[in-house]
Amino acid sequence: MKSFALFKKDLHSELRTRYAINALVMFILVTISVILFSIGSEKISETLTGGLFWVVIFFSAMSGLSRAFVSEEERGTVLTLHLIASPNTIFSGKLLFNLILVFAMNIVIALLYSVLFDSFIIRNFSLFFLAFVLGNIGIAAASTIIAAIIAKTGSKGTLYPVLSFPILLPLILILLELTKFAIDGTVIGESLVELTVLVCYDVVILTASYLLFDFIWKD
Amino acid sequence: MSDYRLTAEAVGKTFGRRLIFKDVNFSFENNGIHGIAGHNGSGKSTLVKIITGILGPSKGAISHTNGGKKIPVEKLHDFIGFVAPYLVLYDEFSAEENLRHFANIRGIQYDKERIDHLFNAFLLYDRRLDEVKTYSSGMKQRLKYIFAMMHRPKLLVLDEPTSNLDSAGKDTVYRLIEAESATSVVLIASNEGSDLALCRSVLQLENYKNNSN
Repeated sequence: MKSFALFKKDLHSELRTRYAINALVMFILVTISVILFSIGSEKISETLTGGLFWVVIFFSAMSGLSRAFVSEEERGTVLTLHLIASPNTIFSGKLLFNLILVFAMNIVIALLYSVLFDSFIIRNFSLFFLAFVLGNIGIAAASTIIAAIIAKTGSKGTLYPVLSFPILLPLILILLELTKFAIDGTVIGESLVELTVLVCYDVVILTASYLLFDFIWKD
Repeated sequence: MSDYRLTAEAVGKTFGRRLIFKDVNFSFENNGIHGIAGHNGSGKSTLVKIITGILGPSKGAISHTNGGKKIPVEKLHDFIGFVAPYLVLYDEFSAEENLRHFANIRGIQYDKERIDHLFNAFLLYDRRLDEVKTYSSGMKQRLKYIFAMMHRPKLLVLDEPTSNLDSAGKDTVYRLIEAESATSVVLIASNEGSDLALCRSVLQLENYKNNSN
């Protein structure tokens, strides 16, 4: 409940300041436009379209999701948060905010993709949906804890993608594989290994985040 | 009267190799105003941050007990009110929106009667619906007092309590600190003689820099 209150505070703040939303919307529009312009009238393969889909998502996440903690640090309101909530509440609230943001952002990207790219045809929608949901949870969890780490550093903008890349790489690789399966129409039964790895990734990142956040937040 | 006790046992803090203070011991209980004095850079703000659980000590321990039970660090914020020049509230919200969000995040009821009383006491009632970014630095400082007192804390920690305040603001703050000290422990970290004059006891941080304390 307290985490939800923190989420509501962040949402209210975001709607007032448009700190992350504007950056995300612009990034999504620019990236998809650049891909469309560079493809031109050429027909690209379905697998490549699936790959580019996650590239857009990865870089959009890099541009917007660090805001959860960076904006608090830049405005100097971190101390205020210390004084009103426990580290668990703060992490859960920020994670919830990033989850909603990631889902909203990725739904928009998926809709734009299906409208603008003829070769983005999902033949097994259930598999794509599962990968999409689990992948979003992984991206939001990893981005939130990385944002908490880099918020206290001097060169936040540079460090965020640098630190995110090795942590998100296994996730992106699995998601690329599952998206390829979904485009090919592979049944869920044949993708169980990849789905299990995805679930494990989410569980490991979430557990490690909750265990580490107390130390990251304190000093 | 509350049954609150704040104890420091051999608390020390170093940043890298630089010693800020060492072997700080004190015990404050129930109520009253106590002071922490020291020149600029002596570690007053560091000590109050350690007391409030924002920073960890390098050595020793701080313990807070309420009704004889130790308060865990993750629950400490429910018992503490804190005012400092480096505390920043959310500029994009009005004063009332800030306080409503804080009450919700703390998981307590928004006590309208208490908060309106504080808004009146700090002469901010008419401006409570304006965004904080339109406030002067003195008004922001007064709002921090409302933030610190809204949940009736057992320990009120005030770092440089009268910075940015005019003489009328200082008088209001002194009056409210004295009223608050009847039911809670108030800790003032300051160099101002008028701030320290309110204190029942004063801890001189210069005395905790070397082995001769």
